[in-house]
Amino acid sequence: MRFYALSVYLFLYIPIGVIALFSFNAGRNASQLQGLSTKWYGVALSNPFVMDALKTSLTVALTAAFLATAFGTMAAVALQGIHGPVRKAFDLLIYVAVMIPGIVIGIATLIGLVTVFDQLNPLLATIWPGGATPPKLQMGMGSLIAAHTMFLMALVIIIVRARLAGMDRALTEASSDLYATPFGTFRQVTLPLIFPAVLAGFLLSFTFSFDDFIIAFFVAGSETTLPVYVFSSIRRGVTPEINAIGTMVLAVSLILLFAAQILLRRGARPTR
Amino acid sequence: MKHEGYDASTLAAGQKTIAEFRNVSKRFGSVLAANDLNLRIAKGEFLSFLGPSGCGKTTALRMLAGFEAPSEGDVLLDGEVVNNLDAHRRPVNMVFQHYALFPHMTVAQNIGYGLKQQRPRLPKNLIAEKVSKALDVVRLGGFETRRIWEMSGGQQQRVALARAIINEPKLLLLDEPLAALDRKLRKEMQIELQNLQRQLGITFVLVTHDQEEALSMSDRICVMKDGRIVQVGSPQELYDRPRNRYVAGFVGTSNFFDGKVTKVTGTRASVRLENGDEVEGSPVSQVSVGQSVSISVRPEQIKLHRSGDGATARVLNRIFLGEHTEYLVKHDTLGEFLVLSPRQSELNDGPFNTGDVLFASWEASAALVLDSK
Repeated sequence: MRFYALSVYLFLYIPIGVIALFSFNAGRNASQLQGLSTKWYGVALSNPFVMDALKTSLTVALTAAFLATAFGTMAAVALQGIHGPVRKAFDLLIYVAVMIPGIVIGIATLIGLVTVFDQLNPLLATIWPGGATPPKLQMGMGSLIAAHTMFLMALVIIIVRARLAGMDRALTEASSDLYATPFGTFRQVTLPLIFPAVLAGFLLSFTFSFDDFIIAFFVAGSETTLPVYVFSSIRRGVTPEINAIGTMVLAVSLILLFAAQILLRRGARPTR
Repeated sequence: MKHEGYDASTLAAGQKTIAEFRNVSKRFGSVLAANDLNLRIAKGEFLSFLGPSGCGKTTALRMLAGFEAPSEGDVLLDGEVVNNLDAHRRPVNMVFQHYALFPHMTVAQNIGYGLKQQRPRLPKNLIAEKVSKALDVVRLGGFETRRIWEMSGGQQQRVALARAIINEPKLLLLDEPLAALDRKLRKEMQIELQNLQRQLGITFVLVTHDQEEALSMSDRICVMKDGRIVQVGSPQELYDRPRNRYVAGFVGTSNFFDGKVTKVTGTRASVRLENGDEVEGSPVSQVSVGQSVSISVRPEQIKLHRSGDGATARVLNRIFLGEHTEYLVKHDTLGEFLVLSPRQSELNDGPFNTGDVLFASWEASAALVLDSK
């Protein structure tokens, strides 16, 4: 049993280890280690296409994570007060949004948005005042942020709600008993107490958005995110530069995931 | 439909009503948690809701706080109907069962929370000053910067109290505030709460299932059962003139003998017990011939003698309590009951020991004839 478990882990992690190792390759051959060097990191970071893609990825991930955290937290708090069939329907939809394969979200968002844009663009042209050319709605960073926000929001709801469920209801009642308005209670009592979970939700959302390839591939239009750039470069052959990019993305993701874990664990500590 | 609930909507002359329940019912789904409550709470009094869990006492308190709205009837605060007024708009504060102190704030921040919500904003130094005064009142002076989790249970209790009284509420609601404390601390806090209430003149409304707590602290007690008010009165009234068997059993300890009324003459009634004995007693309320009743005799009203006539009672158990001795006796015809003898009678008659065969007697005025419900 232990042997099989070990084999599975080796099978999963050896390729990742190899990529990390080869990112330090001194030579330019991707399958032959010719001494160690960090020069490919320098090459990657000075490549304008990489930097552009990185900027796009960061913009999308930060915006989507921020929106998903804001909406998700609000939804989680609101869902606390709802029971019965409406709540059940919401729960179902939330889990569906998390479980659904990225490719389905990607294709569905693409088809949906393209259809809507095709309807809206002529309409905008006719109602736009002054005969000027109206902005053309098209796939791009906006649609990518929207698609990411949608599925990340479900993730944030699940994380924040777990924290809310562990919170004593008497605390919000006490706050309201002490004359705090509903918003005052949220700002002064609820938010500080669930903040570790909110921050963890933000970090996880950022990681998921930053790493996402499938949805971005369908929805990003003419924009190129880092994973999409890596995918298109691989078609021209794997270079140590790609390995360096992959290793950097991996490092950032792991650090954020660990940070989120620590936050969630601290948040779970009893408060009374 | 006319309710059969107890109408407690009258107060003594000269007392001002601060809060009132008028035909208040509360439903949770199919459960009737409060059933046609009628009660006036007098300004400055210490009133307790007493009853077992699920009797509706907490629901009543939560309707005063504004956490629940009545399904029927009106809740009044200072003469105004407040049925749907949100909790944060009511000049009422609550001490929660597990205190519900904010874990991310210091003691001072917790206590100043209510003042901080006031608009226009109060100056910071005024809040700090009031907080330090409130801490002095609950004898925690200098604890401002402590963290909640650094405090003991009794200290947290005091912080919760200070957090409520600093706002000078019209009603201070206490939801089983002493339940989480150990016995000794509970006794201390009982006295402290009572002193605090007299000193501040704030109306206290306490919810408890502990009859001793209710008896020792309250000006009036409202006994509840199955969502209804059974009886409201001073601790002495409830003890001496309980309205029915339930109240007599819940307030203090009593011995009950069930039977049917056979004759009513003036202030006395004759009751034929289930074993065939005929016993004289004094009805607390109107009884009629044939009615099922319980005779209630408090243990301290029963006297034990070495000599006498009629049926005998054998001592099964003896517990020495200092100023009193408690005996469990088995009577030939009435079965087992409790007797509480003062130390003085022990000194006169000598201690009765387990196995002694004695005679038990009581005055007819001490045998209350009660509705057996």
